[in-house]
Amino acid sequence: MGMEDITGRPAPRSKRLTPLVWAQRNLFSSVSNTILTLVSAYLLWLTIPPVLDFTIFSAVWTGTTREACLAPGAGMCWPFIWANIDQFIYGRYPPEEIWRVNLTFALGAAVIIPMLIPGLPARRLNLVFLLIVYPLVAIVLLAGDRPGLRPVPTSEWGGLLVTLVVAVTGIVASLPLGVLLALGRRSNMPAIRMLCIIFIEFWRGVPLITVLFMASVMLPLFLPEGVNPDNLLRVLVGVALFSSAYMAEVIRGGLQAIPPGQYEAARALGLTYWQAMGQVVLPQALRHVIPGIVNTFIGLFKDTTLVLIVGIFDLLGQVRAQLSDPNWTMPQGALTGYIFAALVFWAFCFGMSRYSTFMERRLDTTRER
Amino acid sequence: MQRGQGGKVPFGWNNPRVRSFVYQAAVLGIVLALVWFFTATAQENLARLNISSGFGFLDTTAGFGIIQTLIPYTEQSSYGRAFLVGLLNTLVVAVIGIVLSVMLGFLIGVMRLSRNWLVAKIAAGYVEVMRNVPLLLHLFFWYFAVLRPLPGPAESIEPLPGVFLNNRGLILPEPVFGATANAFFLAIAAALIGGFFLIRWARKRQVATGQLFPAWRASVALLVILPGVVWLVAGAPFELEFAEHAGFDFAGGMRLLPEFVALVLGLTLYTAGFIAEIVRAGILSVSKGQREAAAALGLKDSTTLRLVVIPQALRLIIPPLTSQILNLTKNSSLAVAIAYPDLVAVFAGTVLNQTGQAIEVIALTMAVYLTLSLITSLLMNWYNARIALKER
Repeated sequence: MGMEDITGRPAPRSKRLTPLVWAQRNLFSSVSNTILTLVSAYLLWLTIPPVLDFTIFSAVWTGTTREACLAPGAGMCWPFIWANIDQFIYGRYPPEEIWRVNLTFALGAAVIIPMLIPGLPARRLNLVFLLIVYPLVAIVLLAGDRPGLRPVPTSEWGGLLVTLVVAVTGIVASLPLGVLLALGRRSNMPAIRMLCIIFIEFWRGVPLITVLFMASVMLPLFLPEGVNPDNLLRVLVGVALFSSAYMAEVIRGGLQAIPPGQYEAARALGLTYWQAMGQVVLPQALRHVIPGIVNTFIGLFKDTTLVLIVGIFDLLGQVRAQLSDPNWTMPQGALTGYIFAALVFWAFCFGMSRYSTFMERRLDTTRER
Repeated sequence: MQRGQGGKVPFGWNNPRVRSFVYQAAVLGIVLALVWFFTATAQENLARLNISSGFGFLDTTAGFGIIQTLIPYTEQSSYGRAFLVGLLNTLVVAVIGIVLSVMLGFLIGVMRLSRNWLVAKIAAGYVEVMRNVPLLLHLFFWYFAVLRPLPGPAESIEPLPGVFLNNRGLILPEPVFGATANAFFLAIAAALIGGFFLIRWARKRQVATGQLFPAWRASVALLVILPGVVWLVAGAPFELEFAEHAGFDFAGGMRLLPEFVALVLGLTLYTAGFIAEIVRAGILSVSKGQREAAAALGLKDSTTLRLVVIPQALRLIIPPLTSQILNLTKNSSLAVAIAYPDLVAVFAGTVLNQTGQAIEVIALTMAVYLTLSLITSLLMNWYNARIALKER
């Protein structure tokens, strides 16, 4: 290539990124691009204004009864939400005992939030606390099966409380079970491997609804007379087994990513199988699959809604129940209730998925695009 | 775990083989004991509660009606027939849902990668909203909040001429096939077969001589021209029978139940969000160098996409797509919540309530889903093996 003397030339002028330049580059760079932009803008114009109008501008924000929402053209009926907020969070939990639920929520937040912040010390202790101590404390607080506390039967639990109880039980039970199943599936012992494969593939092959039906109508037939665990407990067992199969596959992925040399080196140092797994392989494997674990948890959190089909009132079930209250019959009732429930679920799941993306970025230092 | 070297390690607890055998025997023993315990308890309970066992109930008259039946079914039909009706209803929702959600998912996934800022943001917004709301809530929303409050047949909404939407469902014009329909379908079949052989021939010729032949374009032309000629010569193969107001309802036309519409809508919109992310990740995984190399070889953008990017992306897309398809099939069981008569609603719902034979009914229902999962994953594994990287 021939050399050209550029010393005498003025520096090239950079095109400043004004909004107009940005729009020209990103929205109207060609004819087809312009058409796409216009079509998209039209689609947004069709969808966004009515949604905003219903939820915000025409919505009824104040009032205490449904009469406030019966005006023609009234949008979302927020008084319905305000009036029933206790049912949505606590179900039919006795109002004077609600502090126990709040305390359980607060303790849970205190345990989980430090776990989520990378770089904080004492994570192992925290994990033990989350997996063993916290569930026991929560059971005592919520069920009140101890002197000094009034017992509250699970049939009175409901709303967000049940959603969180099912989801947290699912995750707490499925982590250790999933680790065992994943190790079993990679074991050298054929009988154990086969059992684990059958277990995992069975639960992954059937829909959660059939599992819940099984837990609520079939399980009692398999238990001796007199042993009659309550409906919520049976459903929790079903959910735990179901989610442990999914968790096992996520963890297996992590185990596969660890080179065999790690395990071999640990054994060569004289560690037993469980020491090698517990101290060397699993800590690395689990760290790899944190995003996968969070995603499984998001799926589980959304799936908790299915418990309403077997007669347990989670948040969505409670919204449905309040909608059938004759004091709140109104044309926009269903839209109001379901949009509210969707907002709550969305906030939880979106938050978790953002966290999972954040961890993925942190863990994946090699990928540069 | 290292295996012992046969005779070198003495027989005893220190021999890994002996240990492994003992562990496995112990675990198997515990599992068998549990199975035995539960079977014995179940038998005892069944005898005590006077519940009959076995699959004899499948021949008994069902005595209940089902709102959507693809095969002839009356209240006098047997439970076995009701099972088949439910199974077919599940399959029809699953197949339609899979086709629609894969199409929508690919569209959204590609849109998310668009260079057009607005298009990419719309797709991203779609994915974030749809994926983070439980499927059951989607179904409730469409069924209880949108479709059920629609006006009655007299004030039906008519979004397109001949298409009516009211609280009894979606009513579409029904194609009624005339005398020339056979010739029309024959022409389509002939065009498909012709196109298949044309593409095979063109590929062989390209391998042998290096000459290109626009086989795909020719096949599409064949598919348009052949049936088109038959249509022009022999007349229209079918006529659309439009639904008409009759009394308080509609007569004629094809009616889709609101339960069906809500289920298909919910399943499609929800699953498409997941498929879009899979497609996006698959396309992003094809490294930039591949596109640049294709461009350096002088390939057009469309050819690069078809021959270089998509085949490599598909390899990453297929395995997670399979699990989404399986999820959709399993999720169609949520139909029970909005009373669409799928397998779970008809069989694990009504039949179970009437017969009380929980063990047989639940086992049969689970067996169906396990079989469906198995068949789907076998099919997708076969396809995956076909497109997998062939290393030599």
